[in-house]
Amino acid sequence: MSDKKPISSVNDFVVRFANVNGSGSASANELFARAILRHGVPVSPRNIFPSNIQGLPTWYEVRVTEAGHLGARGGVDMMVAMNPQTWDKDVAGIEPGGYLFYDSTKPMPSTKFRDDITVIGVPLTAIANSTYTDPRQRQLFKNIIYLGALAALLDMDPKVIEQLIGEQYKGKEKLLSSNVHALHLGRDWALQNLKCPIGLRVKKSDKVGDRIFIEGNSAAALGAVYGGATVCAWYPITPSSSVAEAFTSHCKKYRHDPETGKAKYAIVQGEDELASIGIVIGASWNGARAFTATSGPGISLMTEFIGLSYFAEIPAVIMNIQRAGPSTGMPTRTQQCDIIACAYASHGDTKHVLLFPEDPAEAFEFAAAAFDLAERLQTTIFLMLDLDIGMNHRLCRPLKWDDARQYDRGKIMTAEMLEEGRDFGRYLDVDGDGIPYRTYPGTHPTKGSYFTRGTSRDRYARYSEEGPVYADNMQRLVRKFETAQDLVPRPLQANAERPTKYGVIYFGSTSPAMDEAIGLLEARGHQLDRLRIRAFPFHSSVASFLAEHDFVYVVEQNRDSQLRQLIVNENGIDPVRLVPIVHYDGSPITARFIAKAIGDHQDHLKVTPLRKAVS
Amino acid sequence: MTYIAKPKFHHPGLKKNELGYTHRDYEGKISTLCAGCGHDSITASIIEACYELSIEPHRVAKISGIGCSSKTPDYFLGNSHGFNSVHGRMPSVLTGANLANRDLIYLGVSGDGDSASIGFGQFAHSIRRGVNMTYIVENNGVYGLTKGQFSATADRGSKSKKGVTNTDNAIDLVAIALQLGATFVARSFSGDKTQLVPLIAAAIRHKGASFIDVISPCIAFNNHAGSTKSFDYVREHNDAVNRLDVLVGRDPIAVDYAPGTVQLVEQHDGSRIALRKIDADYDPHDRLGAMTFLQKHAAKGQIVTGLLYVDPEAEDLHEHLNTVETPLNTLEADTLCPGSAVLDKINASLR
Repeated sequence: MSDKKPISSVNDFVVRFANVNGSGSASANELFARAILRHGVPVSPRNIFPSNIQGLPTWYEVRVTEAGHLGARGGVDMMVAMNPQTWDKDVAGIEPGGYLFYDSTKPMPSTKFRDDITVIGVPLTAIANSTYTDPRQRQLFKNIIYLGALAALLDMDPKVIEQLIGEQYKGKEKLLSSNVHALHLGRDWALQNLKCPIGLRVKKSDKVGDRIFIEGNSAAALGAVYGGATVCAWYPITPSSSVAEAFTSHCKKYRHDPETGKAKYAIVQGEDELASIGIVIGASWNGARAFTATSGPGISLMTEFIGLSYFAEIPAVIMNIQRAGPSTGMPTRTQQCDIIACAYASHGDTKHVLLFPEDPAEAFEFAAAAFDLAERLQTTIFLMLDLDIGMNHRLCRPLKWDDARQYDRGKIMTAEMLEEGRDFGRYLDVDGDGIPYRTYPGTHPTKGSYFTRGTSRDRYARYSEEGPVYADNMQRLVRKFETAQDLVPRPLQANAERPTKYGVIYFGSTSPAMDEAIGLLEARGHQLDRLRIRAFPFHSSVASFLAEHDFVYVVEQNRDSQLRQLIVNENGIDPVRLVPIVHYDGSPITARFIAKAIGDHQDHLKVTPLRKAVS
Repeated sequence: MTYIAKPKFHHPGLKKNELGYTHRDYEGKISTLCAGCGHDSITASIIEACYELSIEPHRVAKISGIGCSSKTPDYFLGNSHGFNSVHGRMPSVLTGANLANRDLIYLGVSGDGDSASIGFGQFAHSIRRGVNMTYIVENNGVYGLTKGQFSATADRGSKSKKGVTNTDNAIDLVAIALQLGATFVARSFSGDKTQLVPLIAAAIRHKGASFIDVISPCIAFNNHAGSTKSFDYVREHNDAVNRLDVLVGRDPIAVDYAPGTVQLVEQHDGSRIALRKIDADYDPHDRLGAMTFLQKHAAKGQIVTGLLYVDPEAEDLHEHLNTVETPLNTLEADTLCPGSAVLDKINASLR
């Protein structure tokens, strides 16, 4: 029936599962991704889900990529179409020559298919119904049955999947054997009734190495545990809730006193984001390491407190797992759209430190570092993740910790220092770096107390509305922000093989797509130097990079090219030299998109010089 | 007058408390509020209560929101850390501070605008959680700093200084605190120091969420005829359920006062509250009864004052969270960080 040659590819294809939310497909799909990893082949899976608990369409996409491209690719080679609601769109989305896998229990009219794809029907419902009587079991095992059929079709080793099931249901023998049974039901049916394997195949390899497979939110939460956070206050909001939930479960494992069983942490689910950040600020003021996790709408609510943190100089760590805005926007879709909102959050003149991890490994490192930075700089530190990093499993280097590492608690004036007669001015810049000393409440009976306030005050924390006193303080805050430049993670530069006048700046979750796009662009003859920004304030090397290139593309996942705005604003450079490359439809940016956008611009620059076009 | 700094010297013969502190050690800067403000009387009562209890002044954290009342922590306990935070957000800041260091005494000072309007939610939730604190609302029914707008505790039908009648229903924070599970609930009047000082002292000794609503007339904007928060009105309508003293194992002061019976309530820390009953039927351990009593008297236009409810066996948020006895802010990497060996195992489980 196919008039297009079926796609043939080993360890390099995209499978997309179309499911109904709440049908129990997520764990089967994740099992599929993990099984491929265990074949030694990198995968990059992504959840595409609605803001809903049951009934709406959800997709799970697995990019199988021996080359290790972890960004979204775009296009679907095999669709596992389990959702009648989205059937037409799902079928239409398959690449020519691709494969359609579906439940053939009920006959479908031929108009529902395409001629240029391979259609593979497996009577999943019929198999499940003839084996199980309980409706819930029928539904759940149907997922495992299709996994078994796919294993046969893609030539996967069933033992690998069995082993994973074994690890998952260790100690629950009944569940273990019934899952393995369902797996073989599907696999056996496919082997007996279909031509196996198809053109898409998984072949054992050794490209995974020692890498780990973890969600960014879980890694960030682990970073908070390792970084010494003791107070977490949060309010549920997608896609950030799993940060606090992961922090809770990590703490339950690693933060209880072995003798007393008591908790070396306090987690409060606030009544809203205002309370959450208030609790964080109260705890940090009192010397504990505290954080909250939220998303765009939460940031909007927190801005008054963020201004207090900036002006009264109280540490705070806010993990912002960005989602598509504005307003409620698309709560379950990814964007990098809160750059400006966070960089300049709150009324009056404010500036805040932002950290941009590219993957879970950096989310772990930067989360831990955020607490050092917050206490060193006595201000809010934003850890800027997004849904793409936060809520998807990502293959990344193993997490590392140096046991010799001590926490940097910043400039704390102790009772001993006060006793020695050290001059304590809460807002006194003694070291020229803009960072004053602080005391914890309760330190000394007669020395070191002060009144913390959001109103203007002098170097000794005394209320003042004198213009020069106010300006002096505001200038010190600028100095402190300059100090921050050299404390935050530096940009990473990677130059093209040949010298080039063109550069590209990118950050955060765009990283894997950008790395892949460089290869595609080189193939088109375009050479680009790369700079991955990892923090704001920008290190001086950003300005150097801009000076060294005629045109710099700024690739980001928002409409208004917010990082570009920030660069222009903070560096005072001609905006014309910064070319925005923006992707903001809520799906993760792809290498194909970047390569096309930059490639087209490059072609345009080279092919039609202005003089020729005019004459 | 208020710009004049308070002199530090004091009479050498000034009386000292158990810890050797004088009254002056519990004072703060000179108040910048209007002369005669009820809030200053509350400040004086806080100073008195802390002196009486022999609290180390620097072991108190004073936290407030925004407004006239929230400025007052600058006027007492000058050797304590104070935090004049964000409008309506004192409860969350206090909650966080309390979580960080359970060893300090937390004094939350707020006003009716701060707690009944913009911060109504935070007031409610901090009470619900049982944060170990003394939460004082200096309640004048009016926005003083912005010159006389009604607050949410202003009674329906009461008149503003400009002659406007309030048509909105009033929020009774005491009733709400009782309903939300506060384990120490009291009301008093800024002009009644004999009642207020022991109430504050008992609240500080109470382990759990203590709430005191102190009616505090605003002499600038809410002390006129037609106001239900004026000195005259409150004096006329005050109906005290009890008088109390706090006994911390010294100077028994609960002697020569007369009316009704005396009931002793032992608190967690061993201190005792001596309740001198004015209303013989009143039982301060009956939450439901307290709510009914309050409503009945409110309907009659009476302002009930005194200790309305106390649960001497109360638990606080730290107990709910099962946190370690050591303050969280003193823990370092050696106890907080699971280390590289654990991380290796975590890595292995993620492959």
